[in-house]
Amino acid sequence: MIAEAGLAALWFAAALALLQLVLAFAGLKGGKPELLGAVRPAAVAQGMLTAIAFVALITLFMRSDMSVLLVATNSHSMKPWLYKFAGTWGNHEGSMLLWVTVMGVAGAAVALFERALKRDAHMATLGGQAAISLGFYAFLLFSSNPFARIAEPPADGQGLNPLLQDPGLAFHPPTLYLGYVGLSVAFSFAIGALLTRQVDAAFARAMRPWVLAAWVLLTLGITAGSYWAYYELGWGGWWFWDPVENASLMPWLAATALLHSVTVLATRDALRAWTVMLAVVAFSMSMVGTFLVRSGILTSVHAFAVDPERGSFILALLAIYIGGALALFGWRIGSVREGAPFELVSRETMLVVNNLLLTVILGLVLIGTLYPLMTEAFGHKVSVGAPYFDRIAGPIALALMVVMVAGPVTRWRRDQGQAVGKRLLVPLGIAVVVSAALAIAAWGRIGILPFLGLVIALAVGVGSLAPLWKRKLLRTPLFTYGMVVAHLGCAVSLAGMACDSAFTVEKLVAARPGDVIQTAGWSIRFRQIAPIAGDNWTALQADMDASRGGSSVLIRPQSRFFASPPTTTSEAALLTRWDGQLYVVLGEEVEGGRWQLRIWWKPFVTLIWLGGIMIALGGALALIGRERRGWLLKWRARSAEA
Amino acid sequence: MKLILAFLCTLLTVPAFAQTALPPAPWADRQIPDPAQERKAKALMETIRCLTCQSQSIADSGASMAGDMRSQIRERIMAGEQPEAIRSWLIARYGDWVSYEPTAAPILWPLWAAPILLLGLGLLLLRGRIKRRARS
Repeated sequence: MIAEAGLAALWFAAALALLQLVLAFAGLKGGKPELLGAVRPAAVAQGMLTAIAFVALITLFMRSDMSVLLVATNSHSMKPWLYKFAGTWGNHEGSMLLWVTVMGVAGAAVALFERALKRDAHMATLGGQAAISLGFYAFLLFSSNPFARIAEPPADGQGLNPLLQDPGLAFHPPTLYLGYVGLSVAFSFAIGALLTRQVDAAFARAMRPWVLAAWVLLTLGITAGSYWAYYELGWGGWWFWDPVENASLMPWLAATALLHSVTVLATRDALRAWTVMLAVVAFSMSMVGTFLVRSGILTSVHAFAVDPERGSFILALLAIYIGGALALFGWRIGSVREGAPFELVSRETMLVVNNLLLTVILGLVLIGTLYPLMTEAFGHKVSVGAPYFDRIAGPIALALMVVMVAGPVTRWRRDQGQAVGKRLLVPLGIAVVVSAALAIAAWGRIGILPFLGLVIALAVGVGSLAPLWKRKLLRTPLFTYGMVVAHLGCAVSLAGMACDSAFTVEKLVAARPGDVIQTAGWSIRFRQIAPIAGDNWTALQADMDASRGGSSVLIRPQSRFFASPPTTTSEAALLTRWDGQLYVVLGEEVEGGRWQLRIWWKPFVTLIWLGGIMIALGGALALIGRERRGWLLKWRARSAEA
Repeated sequence: MKLILAFLCTLLTVPAFAQTALPPAPWADRQIPDPAQERKAKALMETIRCLTCQSQSIADSGASMAGDMRSQIRERIMAGEQPEAIRSWLIARYGDWVSYEPTAAPILWPLWAAPILLLGLGLLLLRGRIKRRARS
């Protein structure tokens, strides 16, 4: 019953999306403005119906209803409840349902809360949102039905991939999807603005909170995913330039550029066409990412053929939406008046350079990710991985960090080059001192990128505080704090990355109980190894005492065995200290009762994710700051009327 | 999703372990005593793709084949071979695909030209913009 209700809700939601699109079109173009009154209710109802469908699927997973195909193939009744719950989106159909739910709910939010847009632009935006949703409803209903039943239910399900059985699954995919799909709102805004020919500062101010919110969630989602992979996979890495990671990075890069250009448009009414373009590109990157991940094309061009129907379906959606949006852009952008002019030395130029560098990195990540697919089509298999991306995107990212310090201390409209230089003297001095100290202390032992990374991180870290210099801290607007915190977060994250690649100490050792291992100032005593059992796994667990001079701490790396599906995973033991993390992995048993251990001491590695959280927090502060100012102004206007 | 690839990798390796009674390669998980040599070997391993897992370097992979390759690399480094020579040997054996570091093969020239082209194009657009604006 629940499955059928969920499916019905989904069909009704799709029908409402169609209705919403037709009403908006007829209202705006067909000369029937009275129809527009029904667009917002349709969007809200559609959002509620998708939410109902999603809750229905969660309920089926929580109840372990094995008569539903998706539950039977992806769940197991013995799983802890958290993974039954989160397992809802740990598979293709469920994650696509999450996608349309986020899209539907975001559309409802735009219908309910958007007040800054003019009415016709608002309606066109909702029409655009309905048009995108329709394609994904079709995809879900025709080729990925999550509610399909099976005639003869099995006794129990096949279980969830053990690597996914982690609290990370409850947090990472939903956050990432909120960000991914949240960008669809920016896309719809751009469509609406193009259709109604209203690309101006007011449009930018209306769009900015939605972009900020999506960007904050995307940042959190990527940060969480990186940390999850870091502790779960047991190889101590936090980013691998894996195509799937790139698929999440590309929308983030586009959204980051959009976030900055939308500010130029809102403040100075410049970069009109470019901002609209970025809004289109950002969500297009979300869709490209989904296509890459969902079609299976990533592992090999040939994997695409495993499920050609789904792959072709998403490819067709991509072609229709991206192609359509670009065509609309080409058709209408001529009528968008060019924005306000600006001088060479100005905040605007700095932000344009920011956009240029971010876009170039985005282009390179896209090319690098797709390149192996293209050469494989010509019969030549190559790999493009970390060495390429580090070497190519790394220097550009470092240049971007330098612009990040200079931008906020440069004035809008027009500034003096010398004056800007003067304001940057302190970070510049720090850069010189740090490079000298590092050169003396570690010359030849660390690579050029980590070296530059450390220097720039410290200089930028201090430089990012410059906008607060000599200001009355209590009267500084919240969004300025947001910018400072986010930029400082970039420096903190960069410092963590540079420290990790420059100073990590790795030790591989085969040890037997009783042995003491010395590495990087730590002394680790291997006490014993014993079997233990969890809800749906058994494990071998090593007890070790780790100490660094003072008292010792018990750490317990495990090698876990899951019965359904049969898999072994290693649960690394992480010991976090203020100056880094000790990371211990228990491997296989080798000859003579000894166990293979991998031990890392990673100085300041946690800064990577702390920085990520700071960036997201900065975005949240900016969002609250801007919105609060809007509320205050409105409230004042209202009380002045009364 | 990375997790899923790694999961496939473990699935693929489990039967391999069960079938081979051979002891693991001697230098798969043993560091070279000389830290400078180990650093060289590690740097190379990080750029060699695991053939079983497809989306991990052999430095990170738990697959037995990756262990064999690590062992090979360490032994060759200890024998005094240069990392780039070992890379060429691996490429000759397994194809370009095994190296995450794109080679200088003509099919990869566009890849190396991309950053210069993109940056050049961007700067050109930017320059036109600001100049035009300064004049007006």
